[in-house]
Amino acid sequence: MSDPISPLSGARFDGIAHIEEAGPAGMITLRGDLASKPVKSIAATVTGAKLPAQGQIVFGKTGAVAWMSPDELMLFCAYEAAPAGVELATASFGAAHGLAVDVSDARAKFRISGPAAREVMGKIFPIDFAPGQFEPGRFRRSRMGQIAAAVWMEADGSFGIICFRSVAEYAFALLNESALPGSAVGIY
Amino acid sequence: MLILTCPCCGVSAEETEFAAGGEAHITRFGPGASDEEFRDYLFARENPKGVHFERWRHAYGCGKWFHAARCTVTLEVFGTYSAQTLEPPLAIRDAIAARRPGWTWGAAE
Amino acid sequence: MSTRIAKQGRLIDRSRPVTFTFNGKPMKGYAGDTLASALLANDQMLVGRSFKYHRPRGIVASGAEEPNALVGLGLGARFEPNQRVTTTELFDGLCASSQNHWPSLEFDVGAVNAALARFFPAGFYYKTFIHPRAFWKHVYEPVIRQSAGLGQPPKEADADRYEHFYAFADVVVIGGGVAGLMAAKTAAATGARVLVMEQTAHWGGRAPVDGGEIDGQPAEDWIAATVAALKALPNVTLRTRCMGAGVFYHGYLLGYERLSDHRPGAEGPRHRLWRVRARQIVTATGAIERPLSFAGNDVPGVMLASAMRDYAVNYGVIPGQKVVVVTNNDDAYRTAIALKRAGAEVLRILDARATGGGTLMEEARSLGLRVDCGRAVAKVAGGKRVSKLAICAQEGSGAALEEIACDSVAMSGGWSPVVHLWSHCGGKLIWDEAQAMFRPDPAAAPVGADGAGFVLAAGAANGYMGLGAGLADAAAAGKSAAQAAGFKAKKSALPAVLEPEEAPMVPVWMMPAAASPELRAKAWLDFQNDVKVADVQLAAREGYESVEHTKRYTTLGMATDQGKLSNINGLAVLSDALGQPIPQVGTTTFRPPYTPISFGAMAGDARGELFQPLRRTPMHGWHEAHGVDWEPVGQWRRPFAYLRDGETPHDAVMREVSNTRQAVGILDASTLGKIIVKGPDAGRFLDLIYTNMMSSLKPGKCRYGLMCSENGFLIDDGVVARLDEDSFLCHTTSGGADHIHAHMEEWLQTEWWDMKVYTANVTEQYAQIAVVGPKARAVLEALGGLDVSKQALPFMGWVEGELGGIPVRIYRISFSGELSFEIAVKAGYGRALWDQLIAAGETFGMMPYGTEALHILRAEKGFIMIGDETDGTVIPQDLGLDWAVSKKKDDFIGKRAQQRSHMTDPARWKLVGLETLDGSVLPDGAYAPAEGVNANGQRNTQGRVTSTYYSPTLGRGIAMGLVLNGPDRMGEVIDFPGLNGKTYQAKIVDPVVFDKEGEKQNV
Repeated sequence: MSDPISPLSGARFDGIAHIEEAGPAGMITLRGDLASKPVKSIAATVTGAKLPAQGQIVFGKTGAVAWMSPDELMLFCAYEAAPAGVELATASFGAAHGLAVDVSDARAKFRISGPAAREVMGKIFPIDFAPGQFEPGRFRRSRMGQIAAAVWMEADGSFGIICFRSVAEYAFALLNESALPGSAVGIY
Repeated sequence: MLILTCPCCGVSAEETEFAAGGEAHITRFGPGASDEEFRDYLFARENPKGVHFERWRHAYGCGKWFHAARCTVTLEVFGTYSAQTLEPPLAIRDAIAARRPGWTWGAAE
Repeated sequence: MSTRIAKQGRLIDRSRPVTFTFNGKPMKGYAGDTLASALLANDQMLVGRSFKYHRPRGIVASGAEEPNALVGLGLGARFEPNQRVTTTELFDGLCASSQNHWPSLEFDVGAVNAALARFFPAGFYYKTFIHPRAFWKHVYEPVIRQSAGLGQPPKEADADRYEHFYAFADVVVIGGGVAGLMAAKTAAATGARVLVMEQTAHWGGRAPVDGGEIDGQPAEDWIAATVAALKALPNVTLRTRCMGAGVFYHGYLLGYERLSDHRPGAEGPRHRLWRVRARQIVTATGAIERPLSFAGNDVPGVMLASAMRDYAVNYGVIPGQKVVVVTNNDDAYRTAIALKRAGAEVLRILDARATGGGTLMEEARSLGLRVDCGRAVAKVAGGKRVSKLAICAQEGSGAALEEIACDSVAMSGGWSPVVHLWSHCGGKLIWDEAQAMFRPDPAAAPVGADGAGFVLAAGAANGYMGLGAGLADAAAAGKSAAQAAGFKAKKSALPAVLEPEEAPMVPVWMMPAAASPELRAKAWLDFQNDVKVADVQLAAREGYESVEHTKRYTTLGMATDQGKLSNINGLAVLSDALGQPIPQVGTTTFRPPYTPISFGAMAGDARGELFQPLRRTPMHGWHEAHGVDWEPVGQWRRPFAYLRDGETPHDAVMREVSNTRQAVGILDASTLGKIIVKGPDAGRFLDLIYTNMMSSLKPGKCRYGLMCSENGFLIDDGVVARLDEDSFLCHTTSGGADHIHAHMEEWLQTEWWDMKVYTANVTEQYAQIAVVGPKARAVLEALGGLDVSKQALPFMGWVEGELGGIPVRIYRISFSGELSFEIAVKAGYGRALWDQLIAAGETFGMMPYGTEALHILRAEKGFIMIGDETDGTVIPQDLGLDWAVSKKKDDFIGKRAQQRSHMTDPARWKLVGLETLDGSVLPDGAYAPAEGVNANGQRNTQGRVTSTYYSPTLGRGIAMGLVLNGPDRMGEVIDFPGLNGKTYQAKIVDPVVFDKEGEKQNV
C-alpha cells in the first residue's frame, strides 16, 4: 500500500511566524465516561499520557491527549498507530458504553512557531493569546476565521491547530495571510 | 456582541462561537397530544421584556447544548447551566431574584 | 490669505519638505503636516462644495469633526473618496482631488441651486417630487440620481490588505489626550492590563496647544514623560492612529488602526480592525468646539477658533492675515492670543457676553487686542473667501453697527463633550445647564454581562473642561475602572495644575439672538448637508416635534460627520422653536462608527480566496486537471461535468449519462455525509430520527431512510448501513452532514439524554467513490482483492476488505438504477484508489461523471433529491414515500406533525412525472395555472416543476413535479407557461421513466 497523502503534503510558509502542515498524523476520537477506567487506560496505552483536565492537553511519550468536551477526548498518535488504537479501545470498552473512531484522515494538522506566533493566532481566533493567558498545555476549540478549529500550545511554545481536512487549504491560506511580512502587531 | 460562559467546557467566549437555539424548558408533545398542545409546543413562545431562559449550543467549541438565563432588556446574563434539566436550578433562580427583586420562576410562564 | 509662517509648528519637520498635488496642482508641505494644514499653507482655502446648494466650502475644523473638507485620495486601485483632509497625514506624492462639483471646483454649475435656495426649503424633495406619480420613475429619479451621492466610488479592486486582531484588556482607554493618559496611568498602577487608543498620530490631545502647566512643567513635557513611563510598563499597550470606533454589548469594542495611510504601499496591512473585549472602558474622547449660527458662517475663511489655533501652533500656518474672533466663552481668547503671537492681525474680538470674559480677556487686551462685549456677527460677506464682516449687538435683530474688512473669522460657541462612544451602547446623557452641554450621566452607564456599568467617561468627555478638573476626573476614572475590573487601586497624588481661571460661558444658539428671517436663512447648522437655522424652524412649524423626525426631514446631522458640529446647535434651535427645554427635546441616537471606517477593515482577510472557505475532496486536484466544470454545493466544490475537447457542458453531461448507462462511470461521492451512531440505544434512537424502522436492520445490510423535522417536513435522506449490533453509519446528503449531525446531537443532549448513544461525524475521514454502470463489477474485479459478486455482495449489502491493496468498505447501493458500488476509503488514500480505478476502468471505457449526470440518472429513475423535490414544505407522503414512513412506530420526529389536518389533506400536491407532448424540456420551477384567482387576486395554480432535464437515455425532456391530485390524473395534459412566452403542454405520467422493474441494478 502506498503512503497516505496528508491534506497539503507538508506545505510550509515563512513570514512573521513559521507555518507548516504537519503531514499524516494519527488522531482518535474517544467518547465515553472520562472518569471510567477504560478511558484512562486507552489514553495511557495509546499516548503514554495521563488524562487532561478540562481545557487542557497532556503530552506523553507516544502522543498526546486533548480534552474535547465532557465526554470526548482526542488522542494524538502516529498515523500508523491509529487503527490499532481504535481496536484496542473497542476491546477495552467491552460492554461499557464508549466510542473510538479513527479520524486521522478527517483532519489537517498545523504547527505555528516563531516569535510572532501568538499574534498570528490572535488575528484569526477570538481568543486571548497573551502570555500568561495561553500557555503550554492549554487546548481550546474555537473559530478560526470562518471555520471550526482547535488550537493548543506545545511545551516549546509553538502552537498546534487541527481543522477539517476539506478546509485545509483555507486554513493554510489564512495562516499565511496572517503571517505576511510587515504585519506584526507588536502587542505580545 | 454577547459573552457567554459554556458550563460544559468552562470557556467564556464571544457570541460568534455559539449558536442560539430559542427558548428553553419547552416540553415536547408528540403523538397522542391534542392539536392545541402540539401547536403550543411547536410555535408558542414567550417574548418577555426581562428575564428569559434560552438554549445555546457551543457550536464552534465543545459542541454541547446548555441553557442561559438572560435579561432581554439589559442583556445581563444571570447564569448558564446544564441543558439536561427541566427547570432552572436553584442557584440560577436565586441569582435572578437577587438582581430582579420580586421575580419568581414560573410567574411569567 | 492663508500662509505658512517662518516659526512655530510643533508637529512639522521643516527639514523634510514634501510635495503633493491638489486637483493636479503641485504643492509643497512638510512631514508632519495634515493635508489640511498643507492646503492652508498653500492658501487653498476653498476645498469642496456643499451637497445640496453646491456652495463653496473651506476647512472649518482641524480634526475628526470636519464636515466640509472631503477629498478623493489616491489613484487607481488606491483611490478612495470622502477622505477628511484634517485627519489625512501628508506624505510625499499624495494626490488629492476635490469632489461634488462640475465642471470644476472654481466654477460649478450646480451652484445655481444656491441662487434658488429659497425654492429648496426643508423637505423640498418630499414636497416636490411626489406629484405627478408617474414623474418619479421617469423624470425625477434619473435627474436626482445624477446629482446624488458624495464623491465617486473607486473603479478598481482595492490594492491593499486588511486584517482583524482580537485583543483583550482589563481597561481600555479611548483617547490619548492628557485625560486619557492620566486615566491609563492610574489604571496601570493597579497592575491591570491597559490598552490606550489614540486616533491621531500624537499623544496629548489639545493640551500642548491650549497651554497650562502640569506638575510644574509645560503640558507637552508632562505628556512626553507620562507616555514614556507608560511605555515602560509591561501591562500597558499604547496605540496611535487607532480610533475607538464603537462600543458594543458586554465590553466589545472596535478599534480602527490606520497603519499605512500615511505611507501607502508599505509592507503589511493598511488598516487593522481591533476586536477588543474590555472589562472596563474609559472614554477620554475630549470635546468638540461648536460653531456659532450667524449669517454667512459657511463662507470659506470662517473657522472654529480652536482649529485656527491648532494650525498656528501645530503647523505654523495662519489661515488668515486679518482675523476677527467671535465667541461666547473664554477659550477663544487663546486663539486670539496665539494668532497675535504668530503674527496675524487680530482686528477685533467680539464677545457675545455682556460683560465679556476673565483673565484670558485681560491678557488679550494687554497684548493690545480690542475686545467688544455684547457684540455679535450680523453677517459675513464673501464668495470663495471671507471679505468683510458686519458687527451688531448680540441682543437684537442684526442691524449692522459697523463693517470690517477681514479675510477670516474664528468662531467659538462653546464646547460639547464627545459622548458618542459612551452613548453607542445605551449610556444616557444629562443636560448641564451651567455649561450648556450634554454630558454622560454616571448613574446610567452602559451595562455589561454582569449587569454593572462598564464604561466611564473621563475629562472633557465627561464635562470637566478645565485642565485641573479634567485630570482629576480622569485619575479617578482610571482607578474606578481598574477596581471594577477586579484590581486594587493604589493611592496617588493628583498632579498640580496651573491654568488661568475662566469666566462662565453664555449659550448663544442664534447670532444675533433675534436674527431677522433673512439672516436666519443664511445661518448654517449643517455645513455639508446645507441645513440652516431657518430649515429647522420651518420643520418645527410644520409639526416635526421629535428630534429624530426633524433630523430625517431636514437631513440635519446626516452628513458624513454625523452632526459632530451641527447636533447641539440644531437641537437648541428646535427646542427654541418648539418652546421646550433642550433636555426634553433630547438628542438623536449616536451610532457607531465614530467616524467612517473602511470597508476593507470590516472585511479583514475575508476577500479573494479567503472570502469564504471552499471545501475540497481528496480528488479535487484530479478533477481540476481533467476539464472540470465546478458546481458549488454548500461550501463544497463538486464537478458538474468534465469537459473534453470542444465540448459544451451540455455535451459533456449527455456523454457522461450515456456512458454510465451503457458502459461504466465513476463519481466522486466524498461529499456525502457520514455519521457514526453507536451505543446500546442506537437502534431506538435512529427509529426516532428516521421515519422508517432502522432498529430492524441487520448488520452487513443497508437501508434507505428519511428524516423529518419536528414540524413534519422532509429534511434529509440517505442510506444507513448497520456496522454491528450497536453501530450504524448514516449517510446524509452532501452539505447536510454538519446540520444532521447537529440535529442528532440536539435531540440526544436536550430531549433524550437518558439514551446511551454516541455520534461522530466521520464525513471527511473517508473519500467515497461510486463506480456505476453495467461494467462496474468488471472494473472492481480488475483491481482485485475482494469478491464483489452478486452472491458475496448483494444489492443493499456492504463488505469490507482490500481493493487493489487499499482497505475499503464497499456499499452495494444505487442512486442511478445501475449496478453500482460505493467505495469508502480513508481520505489519505482516496486519491490513490481513484487513480487505480481510473487506470483499471480504461479498458472498460469508464469515464468520470459529475453532479448533473448524477441528477439525470436519478431523475430517470424517479428518485427524489432533497432541495429539488423538497423545499421545507414537503412531507414524505407528498412524494409517494409513504412506504418509508413507519406506521408501526409509536413515535418519530415529525410523526405528530404529519397527523395534522393540513398534512393529511387529500388536496396536497403530490409527486408525478411530467412528459412534454413535444419532447421539449420544461422550464425549472414553472407553475401550472388553474381556473380562477385566489384571495389576493392572483391566478390559482395546480402544480409546479421540481426537476427537469433532457434525458439522453430517452431522447427527450423528462421532469418531475408536484401536482394537485397528481397520481389520480395519469395521462391528463396540463399547461406550464414559460418565461419565454411558450406554453409547455405536459402529460402527467409515472415519475419512474426508466427500468421501472429495477432489473439493471439487480445483476
